[in-house]
Amino acid sequence: MLKPFIEITGLTKRFPAQKGGEQLTVFENANFSIKKGEFVCIIGHSGCGKSTIMNILAGLDTPTEGGIIMGGKEISGPSLDRGVVFQNYSLLPWLSALKNVIFGVSARYPDWSRSKVIEHSQKYLEMVGLTGGAEHRKPAQLSGGMRQRVSIARAFAIRPKLLLLDEPFGALDALTRGTIQDELTRIWSGSEQTVFMITHDVDEAILLSDRILLMTNGPHARVAESVVVDIPRPRDRAEIIHKPAYYKIRNHLVEFLARRSKQLSGDRDHGGSPPITVRPGIDDADDKERRPENRPKLVSVAS
Amino acid sequence: MNGKSLSENAKALLLSICLLVALLGTWELSTPAVKSAGELTEYELLTGGGGQQARVPPPSQVFNKAYDELSRPFYDNGPNDKGIGIQLAYSLYRVLTGFFLAALIAIPIGFLIGMSPVAYKALDPFIQVLRPISPLAWMPLALFIIQDSQASAIFVIFICSIWPMLINTAFGVANVRKDFVNVAKTHELGPLKTALLVILPAAAPTILTGMRISIGIAWLVIVAAEMLVGGTGIGYYVWNEWNNLDLTSVIFSILMIGLVGMMLDTAFAYVQRAVKYQE
Ligand SMILES: Nc1ncnc2c1ncn2[C@@H]1O[C@H](COP(=O)(O)OP(=O)(O)O)[C@@H](O)[C@H]1O
Ligand SMILES: [Mg+2]
Repeated sequence: MLKPFIEITGLTKRFPAQKGGEQLTVFENANFSIKKGEFVCIIGHSGCGKSTIMNILAGLDTPTEGGIIMGGKEISGPSLDRGVVFQNYSLLPWLSALKNVIFGVSARYPDWSRSKVIEHSQKYLEMVGLTGGAEHRKPAQLSGGMRQRVSIARAFAIRPKLLLLDEPFGALDALTRGTIQDELTRIWSGSEQTVFMITHDVDEAILLSDRILLMTNGPHARVAESVVVDIPRPRDRAEIIHKPAYYKIRNHLVEFLARRSKQLSGDRDHGGSPPITVRPGIDDADDKERRPENRPKLVSVAS
Repeated sequence: MNGKSLSENAKALLLSICLLVALLGTWELSTPAVKSAGELTEYELLTGGGGQQARVPPPSQVFNKAYDELSRPFYDNGPNDKGIGIQLAYSLYRVLTGFFLAALIAIPIGFLIGMSPVAYKALDPFIQVLRPISPLAWMPLALFIIQDSQASAIFVIFICSIWPMLINTAFGVANVRKDFVNVAKTHELGPLKTALLVILPAAAPTILTGMRISIGIAWLVIVAAEMLVGGTGIGYYVWNEWNNLDLTSVIFSILMIGLVGMMLDTAFAYVQRAVKYQE
């Protein structure tokens, strides 16, 4: 079998004890993998360690134990192979939108001529629909949605192998969010990039991703399930809601977040087993049987 | 235009002018003029000062003096008689030299301190002890070691402008948002590029604040320093005119010190606005 693009093995993150407290184990012995070109979303309640996992993937943070192998190489620091869209956009406020993208492009392609860098940057700003003078404004003069577009353009323009997005649409109104979601899907499907995205929006996860990872509540959180989104692409936000698979997946996710994320939390005897693959969108007897297997045992652990 | 439609700025300007007129009027009237203003001025000009009379000269006299001096700012009649422009130029030269030498040292060291908590802790006690020392207290030591009054004055400016720049740079650098540093990291920028492309622009407003404080202090200190070392400069000029008992010139040069100080501050305010950014 082909080796997965990204392999996360035995990943553990502990924060040292604060004064008077004990050390915080955010997650322990996490094992999962991501295939090349896959769009993966991760969902979990706030504080379960999603951003921590993403920061380790970005190389901005180091795991306490375990490691991540991407494309056959161990991740040991930030790299231009991994583009990051931060939760708060993290644009440089003293640079215009265009110059923010240029900042990324010239770091990625130091040999390019100035005009080529500008042209490339403008192309990506156009892709996210930022034109007509807005690209010359500073981030403070742009709306939240526009800033997020710039941030996405900057990340895509360096053409990373892996794109990491931390709740990228959390602060946007529904309309803007929809537009940028569509743009993200469009840019991604025209590339060979792999996307790892954190979200707390169930509908967004179903619309965008191939697979959704579900995390239990922290501390000692873990990636408990991997939900395959069996809905063919291209997906249209207006049509997708009429598909039966959509509701089956959605109910599964909501049920996990509302109940099982809590029930399963604190389970420390999982032995680092990889997340169970679940396909609620397919009527498959085998899957149905496999899914509830863990439940009774874990309920008793939590209570 | 009626009174109601006047903008806030126009109102303020009007009020400023009223205050100025009232101030000058009171001053003019409260200085008993023995002779008429015109005669007095001519007399002043002939004798080179109205010092013999133990009284503060009226503003009209100061204006005449100012007109006279400013119409030939760069004349040079030997060591004790130079135009106000020359004197100010000497002072500005010392201030700017000392200030930029200080910036050359304070900003890189401030960067280092801001980036490294260890360096900060190591250097902090020195800074805390050296900073409260009046710059003029260094003067005797500077004169002894440097053996040159001109260079000593520059050294005093150097030592007084270094602290605000050092402290502000360190503070600005240490408080650069972690997000910006992360952007540099994810783009694989090296330490030098990170410092120049991310940390410097991010900390620039704070650094400029320090520079603006420093230039203000330097301009305050140069007058006193030049009174001590003598020879040239606006501080020496003030003291010299006082020795000549020419109060008109003293008042005129006080006003000039204020004006030049304001210009320096305005210049830095301008640069400060240029590097400022909105989050
Ligand atoms: N630098 C840190 N020091 C101590 N605890 C931290 C630090 N960063 C994050 N944490 C803790 O780790 C947990 C996971 O944080 P995070 O990954 O941001 O969660 P999420 O993104 O899922 O909301 C939280 O409980 C948070 O308080
Ligand atoms: Mg988070």
